Amino acid sequence: MSILKQAKTAGIIAILAVLAGCAGQVNESAQTSSKVESAEDRAAREARQAEFLAKQEAAKTAEQLRNSAMAADTLFFFDFDKSDLKQDALDDLDAHAKYLAADRSAKVRLEGHADERGTRAYNLALGERRANAVARYLVIQGVNRSQIESVSYGEERPLSLSRDENGWSRNRRVELIYQ
Amino acid sequence: MRLFIWLVMAFMLAMPARAELVIEITRGVENPIKIAVVPFRVKSAGAFDVDLARLIESNLERSGQFVRVRRDTMLSLPGPEDQIFYRDWRAIDSEYTVVGSLERDTDGLLVRFGLHDVYGERVLFAERIPGSSDSLRDIGHYISDRIYEALTGLKGIFSTRLLYVSAERRSEKDQTFKLILSDADGGRPQTIFQSSEPILSPAWSPDGSRVAYMSFRGKRAGIYVQTLATGEVQKVSDFPGLNSAPSFSPDGRKLVLTLSRDGNPELYVANLRTGQLDRMTNHFAIDTEASWSPDGRSILFTSSRGGKPQLYMMNVSDKTVKRVTFDGDYNSNGAFTPNGESIVFVHRTNERFHIARMNLKTREIRILTETDLDESPSVAPNGTMLIYATSDEERGLLGLVSMDGRVRVRLPSVSESVREPAWSPFFN
Repeated sequence: MSILKQAKTAGIIAILAVLAGCAGQVNESAQTSSKVESAEDRAAREARQAEFLAKQEAAKTAEQLRNSAMAADTLFFFDFDKSDLKQDALDDLDAHAKYLAADRSAKVRLEGHADERGTRAYNLALGERRANAVARYLVIQGVNRSQIESVSYGEERPLSLSRDENGWSRNRRVELIYQ
Repeated sequence: MRLFIWLVMAFMLAMPARAELVIEITRGVENPIKIAVVPFRVKSAGAFDVDLARLIESNLERSGQFVRVRRDTMLSLPGPEDQIFYRDWRAIDSEYTVVGSLERDTDGLLVRFGLHDVYGERVLFAERIPGSSDSLRDIGHYISDRIYEALTGLKGIFSTRLLYVSAERRSEKDQTFKLILSDADGGRPQTIFQSSEPILSPAWSPDGSRVAYMSFRGKRAGIYVQTLATGEVQKVSDFPGLNSAPSFSPDGRKLVLTLSRDGNPELYVANLRTGQLDRMTNHFAIDTEASWSPDGRSILFTSSRGGKPQLYMMNVSDKTVKRVTFDGDYNSNGAFTPNGESIVFVHRTNERFHIARMNLKTREIRILTETDLDESPSVAPNGTMLIYATSDEERGLLGLVSMDGRVRVRLPSVSESVREPAWSPFFN
């Protein structure tokens, strides 16, 4: 091996040693001076923070949606032999729909009912139509069909026992029940 | 699961329901047959828990075609072996007189009875009926049927049975529903199925051995067929949505029922042996409350396809449909009379719901009841009367009405609210 060659080899070794030293130093400075942050780290931290805030915000919105759903009416009334939703039911149904659309784990049971007038098996079918009218509205508003279960009790479970329009109008209903 | 249901059934079959129906006649025919039923003479030691003479006179009177001669006006109380002094019975205006006796013997008991024609001054028939000690009510119904048939020419319905649903309500979501089987006079009520969820639409098989009904298992509605003798239960359907309003085909092999598994209430025919389903209707309106005609060729049902509930008739072989009712804006829950010539149904007039009958040939409609919220008409197998559900201020009641509307009998229950009556076929 020539001297030159030896010197070259030594230089390379020295350079490698310096580089290795530098690397050690960089590591050291990262460990000791946590107050000084690189641009990438800052970006990552901010991203994490933003994500956390967004989640918190979303949770707050879901919570708000949940609260307004819980505050909304759960009884929806119908006219005799009819299964069309009434205009005044829509705000409350929207509140339920928004919450159910925001929280896919939430589930509801819709119970359709009729008043005692008319025959029982027909009223069972009518109760189902009413529950389906509510279910359809919720689905249009973005609720998943799998979040909804519906059943008809016909005229078998009246809320009111008064035999007049007051009582009957209370009994022609769909009850929305969170599961 | 099946064994469990079976055990529950076996337990409940042994449990008599508390409330018996009490008969109360509100109206009768103009010239009923006057009949004296002399208290049956007891010829052995010990008392019997059934007053046969009372049971027979109540049965006959409930038909509206008879009126009893009061016991306290009778001048003598002869037994079946005694001589009958017809003049004594003419004196108290009795057209026919029934005498009888009962005694315990080694085989159980023996009942003798005779029917006398007071004006003809002769015995129309006399019979000896052996029975077991718990068959006294059956014997009383049998004697009632014999007398009724001899004097009216029509087969009696006193040995037939009734199914109905009772409901006891503590609150909207806390109720007890019972399916009850009783004698035609409301006697011997037995709970054959019980649930905290509604029971609806009980229907008899044509031979009277099985009953179909809608009930819930858990929160899911289903159609079940129960064999009365064993309590065994067969599930016919429990699809998502409606499973309701079953009616047997005249051969007992099929059920027509309502399912909404395709999104909308439609009629289907279920083969009870194979479980195969045949869809009968296809309309976005409600189709339900199907009832098979006695000849098996037609199915009468309720549909809202015209905007309001009306009755329609389907030809079973080609599924073509014709509208049957045009009077009024609510006609539903139809059933055929046993000869298939007329239908009975719920008809709304002046905002009130009554039972009506329509002759299918003449299309003439006769309103049979006067109370409100009358529903679920079910015709007796001899075609003379129907049973229906009505209600007073507080609860559901059952009523009987003759097919001409002239005779009305109420069957108020003692405590529970009752509804959904179904009259059995003849058992013999």
